[in-house]
Amino acid sequence: MFHRCGTAVFAFTVLFGSGNTSFARMAEIPAGEFRPLYLVEGSPLVAVEAFSLDRVPVTNQDYLAFVLQHPEWQKDQVPAVFADSRYLQHWNKNAASDSWEPERAVLDFPVVNVSWFAANRYCRVLNKKLPSIAQWEYVARASEISPEGWREPGYQQRILNWYAHHGRPEKNPVGRSPANYWGIHDLHGMVWEWTVDFNSALVSGESRADSSIDKKLYCAAGSVNSVDPSDYAAFMRYAFRSSLSARYAMSNLGFRCAVSGGN
Amino acid sequence: MNKFICWAKLPLLCLVLALPASWAQTLPVEQAVLTSPPLVPPPVTRDHPARVIVKMEAVEQVMEMTDGVEYMYWTFGGSVPGQFIRVRENDVVEFHFSNHPSSRMPHNIDLHAVTGPGGGATSSFTAPGHTSIFQFQVLNPGLYIYHCATAPVGMHIANGMYGLILVEPEEGLPEVDREYYVVQGDFYTQGEFGELGLQPFDMEKAINEDADYVVFNGSVGSMVGDNALAANVGETVRLYVGNGGPNLVSSFHVIGEIFDKVYIEGGTSINENVQTTLVPAGGSAIVEFKMDVPGTFIMVDHSIFRAFNKGALGMIKADGPEQPVIYSGKQADTVYLPEGSAIQEIIVEAESVVANNLEEQVQFGQRVYEVNCAACHQADGQGLRGAFPPLAGSDYLNADHDRAIKVILKGLSGPITVNGQEYNGVMPAMRLSDNDIANVLTYLLNSWSNDGGAVSPEQVAALREGH
Repeated sequence: MFHRCGTAVFAFTVLFGSGNTSFARMAEIPAGEFRPLYLVEGSPLVAVEAFSLDRVPVTNQDYLAFVLQHPEWQKDQVPAVFADSRYLQHWNKNAASDSWEPERAVLDFPVVNVSWFAANRYCRVLNKKLPSIAQWEYVARASEISPEGWREPGYQQRILNWYAHHGRPEKNPVGRSPANYWGIHDLHGMVWEWTVDFNSALVSGESRADSSIDKKLYCAAGSVNSVDPSDYAAFMRYAFRSSLSARYAMSNLGFRCAVSGGN
Repeated sequence: MNKFICWAKLPLLCLVLALPASWAQTLPVEQAVLTSPPLVPPPVTRDHPARVIVKMEAVEQVMEMTDGVEYMYWTFGGSVPGQFIRVRENDVVEFHFSNHPSSRMPHNIDLHAVTGPGGGATSSFTAPGHTSIFQFQVLNPGLYIYHCATAPVGMHIANGMYGLILVEPEEGLPEVDREYYVVQGDFYTQGEFGELGLQPFDMEKAINEDADYVVFNGSVGSMVGDNALAANVGETVRLYVGNGGPNLVSSFHVIGEIFDKVYIEGGTSINENVQTTLVPAGGSAIVEFKMDVPGTFIMVDHSIFRAFNKGALGMIKADGPEQPVIYSGKQADTVYLPEGSAIQEIIVEAESVVANNLEEQVQFGQRVYEVNCAACHQADGQGLRGAFPPLAGSDYLNADHDRAIKVILKGLSGPITVNGQEYNGVMPAMRLSDNDIANVLTYLLNSWSNDGGAVSPEQVAALREGH
């Protein structure tokens, strides 16, 4: 009985302590334009309309609140077509409540091991969406001091250093790294993040066009035509997204949500 | 249709649709034997093709580049180069490519032995925690590089994702006594060569082709000391040599050996009596030589600063009886008098400047060091792990000055332990004057955290006379 009480309080905090009031946790991003990785120099810029983006990745605590309200997304309930066997594999059965939960120590870590279907649903429930690749990349180009941080010397290398890191950066509380120019934390160096159109780099429906995209993804030659051939970090993000399928759950892949049109 | 299903990430189904009950299905099935460097799987003894199942895993893990320097390697099977694959011409290979769940990156494999777009790269593109299966037939015999071809390709290769696949001709390769697996690669780190700690990949240096490390089998000293390749006098050694790159072309050479045979670029043409063979980045060569005499034979990239300053150095140790007819060793050391010269004796002492105090000894000694010693023991006295012992902070040097004099006078071979690390190499006797030896030792004793002290020309002279 005592345990049950404790769990209820825990659940209460989870439900009303954070997840639902997320608009305060979002930053407004003004409209702008940029030239994505795979467009050659001189090609038109892509316009990004004003939108809002979560300042930090969705945490285990946020996601637990979602699951408690939507038990069909609980670890042992989710259909296999919506999430593979690694879905929430880091959550354990709480003997008292008979339910799957993250350990308390990881509540403010970014939630990982979630499929695209699950992440997409999470955002929808909050009247948000997963950000598009264009929105994500547009914001991720900023450094702490400039929206055009990618032009600063050493910017790419700092991101690349994540790949040489042998700790587990995903096992840390969100929001501890310095915010970028837009007030967004943890875009680089913590977890990969789902985007709503993660697989659009491969799927165009026209096989010859696809093969030219393949060329860019698989061959060094492709980089000759890209805007900034030294943008290895962006290449890696595009390659990573292309390797995904919507039901995949992975131990270093999380997400955050966006709202179109600003707030 | 097939293509669509592949994209739907159902590689098994894709495979089945592509191969309706074909000839390949009727072949006998066997599991490939994979080996980590420097070992090579046993020869294929079959006289018919088979369906060979290869299971390989991409793993990202921190390993040692050299003493005290770590690097986050991306590997095929946990080693650099990745596991050696050995099959026979016309075999059908069923490739199971897994990417470890702890990986940060997706990976794939492009095998140069594959005939088909991308060499397998698109079919094997695999997210962390997943397995892809694809199949190919090896139509052309030869020794081929395989490598990861996921964007950015250069970075995947620079982090160590390459290895060799040998496709034996139907009739097999001639039998030899020893076979080894050696692959060169260049690495680009934020710190300079030898700078301690975990060194991240440096993109800018990679693009500028400014390598900090050029190594065989993934690290400095991978095949020196106890890890030297072993052979006996009279045996024929075959090296399967590859070059993963990403940037540099190798001038592969074994000091003191002549390659009896080179399968040029890993193909069918054989060249004979070759001193140095070029191994292109993303290419290979098979070299064979008979060990005629005992001793230590050093493998190098003969773009020689890479060998002595960046790590491209390995050893083959041949055991057995001396063969004095083939190689005598030094037989005599006599004074050379050019014809017509009136000089009757060489006054060595007169040629070197005599130092008047400790400061001058150190100063003159430094010049002697730079000209005679630094190539091996390095400008900073750190030596090269496993090959050339350090002179900086060296317990061996500080412990016994007379011994140090003798090493310079008479050379040194056989095992010694310096700062806890065993070295088993050869240092030749140096043709230096008593003054130069006294100065260079005094320089060493007063440099790089050594214990200080001085050596006099008289000390050297006494030991020179003594024996």
